[in-house]
Amino acid sequence: MFKKAGLISLVLILALSLVVVGCGKKEDVKQEGANQEATEPAKDLTINGAGATFPYPLYSKMFAAYNKLNPEIKVNYQSIGSGGGVKQMMEETVSFGASDAFLSEEEMGKIKNGVVHVPMTIGAVAVVYNLEGISSGVKLTQETLTGIYLGTIKKWNDPKIAADNANIKLPNEDITPVFRSDGSGTTSIFTDYLSKVSSAWKEKIGAGKSVKFPVGIGGKGNEGVAGQVKQLPGSIGYVELAYATTNNLSYAKLRNLEGNFTEPSLEAASASAAGAIADMPKDTRVSIVEPAGKDAYGIVGFSWILLNEKYENQAMKEELLKLTKWMYRDGQQFAKDLHYAPIPEEIAKLNDNNLTVIK
Amino acid sequence: MDKDIKKKSTTPRGKSNAKKIPLDKIFQAITFTACLGVILLLGFIIFKLFMESSLSVDKFGFKFITSMEWDPVNGEFGAGAYIFGTIVSSLIAILIATPVSVGIALYLTEIAPPWLSTPVGFLVELLAAIPSVIYGLWGIFVFVPFIRQYIQKPIGDLFGWIPLFSGPPLGIGMLSAGLILAIMIIPIITAISRDIISSVPTLQREGAMALGATRWEVIKYATLPFAKSGILGGIILGMGRALGETMAVTMVIGNRPEIKASLFAPAHSMAAVIANEFTEATDDIYLSALIEVGLLLFLVTFIMNGLARFFIWSVARGPKGGIRQ
Repeated sequence: MFKKAGLISLVLILALSLVVVGCGKKEDVKQEGANQEATEPAKDLTINGAGATFPYPLYSKMFAAYNKLNPEIKVNYQSIGSGGGVKQMMEETVSFGASDAFLSEEEMGKIKNGVVHVPMTIGAVAVVYNLEGISSGVKLTQETLTGIYLGTIKKWNDPKIAADNANIKLPNEDITPVFRSDGSGTTSIFTDYLSKVSSAWKEKIGAGKSVKFPVGIGGKGNEGVAGQVKQLPGSIGYVELAYATTNNLSYAKLRNLEGNFTEPSLEAASASAAGAIADMPKDTRVSIVEPAGKDAYGIVGFSWILLNEKYENQAMKEELLKLTKWMYRDGQQFAKDLHYAPIPEEIAKLNDNNLTVIK
Repeated sequence: MDKDIKKKSTTPRGKSNAKKIPLDKIFQAITFTACLGVILLLGFIIFKLFMESSLSVDKFGFKFITSMEWDPVNGEFGAGAYIFGTIVSSLIAILIATPVSVGIALYLTEIAPPWLSTPVGFLVELLAAIPSVIYGLWGIFVFVPFIRQYIQKPIGDLFGWIPLFSGPPLGIGMLSAGLILAIMIIPIITAISRDIISSVPTLQREGAMALGATRWEVIKYATLPFAKSGILGGIILGMGRALGETMAVTMVIGNRPEIKASLFAPAHSMAAVIANEFTEATDDIYLSALIEVGLLLFLVTFIMNGLARFFIWSVARGPKGGIRQ
């Protein structure tokens, strides 16, 4: 009897697994269907993309606006994180990706159809702090900021910080640095900056989406860091500019390459990108932290849309190119309202040129 | 129908009459399949975790468990601090939640009048329905500042010389994580304990009272011994939740992979590091190390469960109920 029950259950399991396999197949069919639709340009076309969360509010606004202009084009963008977007590109499940960090040679090698980097917006990272009675404007230099995150500067009234802030009475309070505990483009830009301005940081810690911070506590996401800084007196953290302004956090002025102290702002971010153009490689795979320019702000970075060099579906490719070009020209009008820095025209021209290789 | 049941009870198992064999067998097969399905699923998960983590297992070996080095930039990975954080925060939670939960359950079943026990019981169960991310946000903005100001500061001033309470009062850290986990598992342990305690036969209590026992003695000698193994089962369930809890913990624990003696120091947990770093881990070895953390979390949960079960077994061997001497 037990045997029989076993037999029946075996059959049931087989049936179940068939259903599972069937489900998997259905998706394939769907995808094929989507591709077929794409070959007829007049019909509705859905373009799939995935990647960075940082530019998501801007992109979704752009895609919605583009859909109004071109009702037959729908863009399905999943903000699963830069790393996730790159992985989806490797697995060829999406037509375009998006990333806050440019790809390494190794990562590019894993994408069979090649990659073209298209800078789409500029992110600025604000250094925020919580000091009672002190609003925005504490001045930090490359050395003091690195010292704080390396743990060599431990008190707010440290003479090194005080030297640049004669007009502010800094308290005798412990500094608690807050970092992003989750892997993120923000951390990548921030540690890239610290590595560029400090050889000690570069040797000991390095740059990346998650690094081993020598001191401090971790908050999950921009909202986590903003939350920790808000509730912990004496803390300092780094968040995307939009989070600093919408959460009313005080942020620091940083000394730039030319010795001026600048606030993080959209204008400063655009100025930084413009300042970086001179030594920019053609493929735009470059970190633009600590750029030249007297108005430049140090901790800035591009956010890229990633396209393949080769597309099998030509009709889809045409539409995707049209969309991309629209995004870095007309689409930029939405940037400022959503706290994103628009990319300068020089970079749009560079993009025009780079897109010609796509087949 | 009645007839069937009667017949069944008289016929020996497996030799019942031909007509109802199919139904019986099909039912049996369905339940057996459900059971087998879960076991297979578990097997697949473990198998997959093993396969995917092999890169990291080969590279770091046993050192992975003892090392505290977690440096994605240089490709060095060790899960020691995460294992420590998971186990210690869960133990703090259990230590705090158990007496509170059993207390609530006893009050609700033995002492409180019905007009009070029903709504209060409902409210306690409602706590279990709050999503953990809400606990986390509440933790950052309300709970952590409170802990810092009214618990860590006074304790630090008085007992700061004891390593357990040393360090700056950040609010964020191991203690807050343990406390928030305690709050999260209290409804689980309470609900189970209450059901178990209310299932203790009334005769048992009446018997104790007839012998002149006070209310406390009734609870101590009649109710609790009877409910003991059930309550411990509830604690195991609570511990399972505490070990695997991710969002609430990562918001308040400080996410710093270090082993410190102080309860005030920031720490990290296994579930938290996976949730934090998985999406952006593109390196093969990085991903593999994270999956190995997942495998170890599985193992830790398994071992903790085993230990708890052994504990129950050794405690519950005595007479299940009745007045003990």
